[in-house]
Amino acid sequence: MSLLRVANLGKAFRSYRREWHRFARWAGLPMAPGEETWVLRHVSFEAHHGRAIGIIGQNGAGKSTLLKIITGTLHPTEGHVEVNGRIAAILELGMGFHPELTGRQNARHAAGLMGFTADEIEAAMPSIEEFAEIGEYFDEPLRTYSSGMQMRLAFSVATAWRPDILIVDEALSVGDSYFQHKSFDRIRKFKEEGTVLLFVSHGMQEVKELCDRVVLLDKGRVIKDGLPDEVVDYYNALIAEKQAAGATIRQQRTEKGWMQTRSGSGEARIASVKLLDAGTGVEVATARVGQKLCLVAEVEIRAPIPRLVMGYMLRDRVGHVVWGTNTWHTRQVVENLAPGDRVTYELHFTCSLGPGSYSFSTALHENNAHMESNYEWVDNVCVFDVINTDKHHFIGCNHLQKHIHINYIRNAG
Amino acid sequence: MLAMLRALWRYRYFVWSSIRNELVSRFLRSRLGGLWMIIHPLAQVAIYALILSNVLAAKLPGISNKYAYSIYLMAGLAAWTLFTDILGRCVNLFVDQGNLMKKMAFPRITLPAIAVGSCLVNNLLLLAAMALIFLLLGHGFGWAVLWIPPLLILLTAFSLGIGLILGVVNVFVRDVGQAVPILLQIWFWFTPIVYPATIIPEPFRKWLVLNPIYPFVAAYQQVLVYSRTPDPATISIVGVAAAGLLLLALLLFRRAAPELVDVL
Repeated sequence: MSLLRVANLGKAFRSYRREWHRFARWAGLPMAPGEETWVLRHVSFEAHHGRAIGIIGQNGAGKSTLLKIITGTLHPTEGHVEVNGRIAAILELGMGFHPELTGRQNARHAAGLMGFTADEIEAAMPSIEEFAEIGEYFDEPLRTYSSGMQMRLAFSVATAWRPDILIVDEALSVGDSYFQHKSFDRIRKFKEEGTVLLFVSHGMQEVKELCDRVVLLDKGRVIKDGLPDEVVDYYNALIAEKQAAGATIRQQRTEKGWMQTRSGSGEARIASVKLLDAGTGVEVATARVGQKLCLVAEVEIRAPIPRLVMGYMLRDRVGHVVWGTNTWHTRQVVENLAPGDRVTYELHFTCSLGPGSYSFSTALHENNAHMESNYEWVDNVCVFDVINTDKHHFIGCNHLQKHIHINYIRNAG
Repeated sequence: MLAMLRALWRYRYFVWSSIRNELVSRFLRSRLGGLWMIIHPLAQVAIYALILSNVLAAKLPGISNKYAYSIYLMAGLAAWTLFTDILGRCVNLFVDQGNLMKKMAFPRITLPAIAVGSCLVNNLLLLAAMALIFLLLGHGFGWAVLWIPPLLILLTAFSLGIGLILGVVNVFVRDVGQAVPILLQIWFWFTPIVYPATIIPEPFRKWLVLNPIYPFVAAYQQVLVYSRTPDPATISIVGVAAAGLLLLALLLFRRAAPELVDVL
């Protein structure tokens, strides 16, 4: 059974030529609204027990509107939301808090606003107090709190009862890192126990880590709905895209399951990328820890460009950036290129990575960032595995240059 | 409509704690605390009673007490204050609580319930202070005083009815919130509160029928000043009107609720 079903959801803000037209409509008179602005349309998805869905998109894409409709503060103009269970939303922490009241009183009040009865609230109060970890302050007026403490209290109340659907907005990214970890742990635990998570963030890393599925909104429509790496890469490409009109985005899955996304205006493009053993020049698909490698990228120029910067990004299987830089930072900008020119980049490096699967993404652009004048961005252009054949066993993604020195004194007795 | 009341019942704890927080937080950092809640109305009533009765020692027909005028004034004010308190709170209710309504999903009906609750508490304290001062001034009450609770309920329904309608309209046409205080001031002077109805010249007195708040004010004055039962026929008409108005307001509110947040 799905906990949440959003079917063909649409929201239009109506403005009327005369405000009394609106009142006349309530009375049942057929008054056509003067203007309808659709901020959300044809949005459908479904969420089952324990799934986490990320919702991403630029500002004004309709994310907040979608969340508000699911929460129930806004009413949809068309379509409907089917919710089986209780929804809790961490949209804005500390809503309805009163500065003169103590933490305990505010907690009671906020829990009341969530619809709990006095008994239920009193029963949960010890765990709210414990989770917030603000000690004596719990019985002090809220105006004496730091903003971090307020946020601890607010989160603690908002998540005191496990909801069936939890909506998490960026609100969570405030507060100290200790409490951030603690709150993410609680959210993960909820998820394991079956809570559906709706996660809105601009932090693509968090989205990739936490979500099973990502929905990308743009101008109120779902333009992509799929696995996190696929949608997030598409989104990144889309952002770069906004600067270069008329370019296209192409995505395809490689045999190994990595999603390759190409986007950009196309003045320069990657013709080929090869990962070679630096010594022998033989192409490798599986590298050894400590092996000397060389990534050779051939770039063809298809239109006159003033400058060319090559950017590299190395990521692990879950999308964590392991390393990245570009030739703007290394002061190796190539200038004044004409159509037909070819530029070959060789990246020499030692494979100091831990065992696992890795991918290179490349970016060709004019300046130091790929946001403007993006010629071509290719996600996962080269994918390779790393195995440990001749080094001591170790874990992690980095083969740290280490030396362990041990001193000991035997007890002579 | 039933669902609305059920939601209100489910959120009764929230309504109750909001009313309490509102009252408590107002006096929280003062040394006398909750005592201020009683001192304010007491002072207000005492000022009317002592000063006005000495300055304007006009006698009311049919009552011999020296403080007759101030008692008359207070009786009318008790009704008027409740009316304007509720109306004033309701008109700006949704505009003031806009942010909360945008961010949290909770039954919207709790907002007017909280407003009415806290106005009622204030009004009851005012009535208690009046009763105390009246007794000190040697003015007794008859059994007619038992009419006060039903009058209070009808007046609340009437005020809430008008307040809710204006409150909803104010979200879409903000001029309402600006116009209401001005209209209330004019309305106040067109109602026999400060002056007795008898001083209105005969040809104009029949227009008083058009003043919907006057039956309430008059009933309060009848009960509190003259210890007389208010006219049952008038009260029934007013009661039906108040109930009808409140029902209309709730229907409008239910109709408008989905669109409120859109424009807040």
